[in-house]
Amino acid sequence: MAYALQQLINGITLGMIYGLIAVGYTMVYGIIGMINFAHGDVFMIGAFLSLIALTGLGMLGITYVPLALFLTLIFAAGIAALYGWTIERVAYRPLRGSFRLAPLISAIGMSIALQNFAQVAQGARDKNLPELIPGGFKIFEENGFVVQLSWMQIVITVVTVALLGLFTWLVTKTSLGRAMRACEQDMKMTSLLGIDVNRTIGLTFVIGAALAAVAGLLFLLYYGSINFYIGFNAGVKAFTAAVLGGVGSLPGAVIGGLAIGLIEAFWSGYASVEYKDVAAFSVLIVVLIFMPTGLLGRADVEKV
Amino acid sequence: MSVLLELQGVTAFYGAIQALKGIDLVVNEGEIVTLIGANGAGKSTLMMTICGTPAARDGRIIYDGTDIHAMPTHEIMRRRIAQSPEGRRIFARMSVYENLLMGAHGGDQVAAAQTMEQVFVMFPRLKERRDQRGGTLSGGEQQMLAIGRALMSRPRLLLLDEPSLGLAPLVSKAIFAAIKALNRTTGLTVLLVEQNAVQALKLAHRGYVLVNGAITMQGTGAELLARPEIRAAYLEGGH
Repeated sequence: MAYALQQLINGITLGMIYGLIAVGYTMVYGIIGMINFAHGDVFMIGAFLSLIALTGLGMLGITYVPLALFLTLIFAAGIAALYGWTIERVAYRPLRGSFRLAPLISAIGMSIALQNFAQVAQGARDKNLPELIPGGFKIFEENGFVVQLSWMQIVITVVTVALLGLFTWLVTKTSLGRAMRACEQDMKMTSLLGIDVNRTIGLTFVIGAALAAVAGLLFLLYYGSINFYIGFNAGVKAFTAAVLGGVGSLPGAVIGGLAIGLIEAFWSGYASVEYKDVAAFSVLIVVLIFMPTGLLGRADVEKV
Repeated sequence: MSVLLELQGVTAFYGAIQALKGIDLVVNEGEIVTLIGANGAGKSTLMMTICGTPAARDGRIIYDGTDIHAMPTHEIMRRRIAQSPEGRRIFARMSVYENLLMGAHGGDQVAAAQTMEQVFVMFPRLKERRDQRGGTLSGGEQQMLAIGRALMSRPRLLLLDEPSLGLAPLVSKAIFAAIKALNRTTGLTVLLVEQNAVQALKLAHRGYVLVNGAITMQGTGAELLARPEIRAAYLEGGH
């Protein structure tokens, strides 16, 4: 019982990180119907930017943790946003209107380029960070097994839920959100209403990349160790989460992330750690076969 | 009367196919001008070319003293040009309310709320369906929504592409009456593409006839209505 509860807590935390990355996939898919395979690598870049910022701030003597984290967040999200904008501008926009696979292939190329860039610039070894938000609660104890809820896990959950709320509001209630949904449905009509479609799409990439950087910072703080390859694994998991939740749905992305996180945690806890990815991706296959629109996805039935 | 829109030798292509072959056309401020022609003559292309999508390849499009033919679409539309396009192009997964708000994008919210009230007075059906998704509306309601959305930006020049298409005669009459009233009371300039040539020519101050991407005739509504070749080509068998 205690063990299961601990796995539940761990699974939720992991799921929240996947969910946060999945939101970026889903927003980009929502607007241009393209899976941005470089998104996971922007997450990785975000983690490295966070590490660089924290190291730099440490050298400057700024060691008050809340301030350092706040500055790091601004720095990482800002630079990652720049990455997002640039990627869209150089790798995807020129291919808009081309055949459907073209931007997808370009995205995979961009993903590899970012990985190699990080490997060359930062080295291939794991980079470590000491724990910045230590401690937590003992929830309860059973036969000597202590169920822990760490502060870091609370931070991750609160940040993800808050960002989900913020972005749901952005997409459903603001004029930028309406413009994004309009681009998704009919780009030509959207431009006929005086909206700059390229700018709207660019902004979506900027927002998605900033979110990925937040996820990167949380990942770095939670695991304390990153390398150039984390984007691939997390990216594919987050993509699975987005598909599971229903691509295009923001709450779906987080619910999907939670599902993947929980499956991994429980599978690792009760079956085998080696096969946790197999379990997660089996879910992807089953979902694609039986529920291609995902849990909260919409079936495209419309009057014409 | 001052000229609001002038096309000089405008050509447009879809790939290798030339859709417009040197169009000269003038719309004066406060006028209703109609464009009639058979299916495939290039009427809708002309409407879209004014909006820069596709952009004109040669020629000039002068709107309010500025050549707009090389501008991106969204910049053209921000100059208070609005289009209710062929096929209506309603945002199916947005509510009626949101569709209307899209028409007033980037504008002042108070003004948008006022304009929306005016649109609701003109089309009470839209008010009843305010929170329904655009995709669930009937064809006539979608047409009202497309026109309402175009009016939301308080345009100086309204481009209306086949507003009566697929509508019951009574509804289409109401829409024509609304256009006329808007033109009278606010001085709204309208360029109208219509399949219903009689109704359009009766409503319009002037008209142009488009055949295979070129203008073959022009005149006042009454003049064109009286021409036998127009009667033969576009009116007989019409309404």
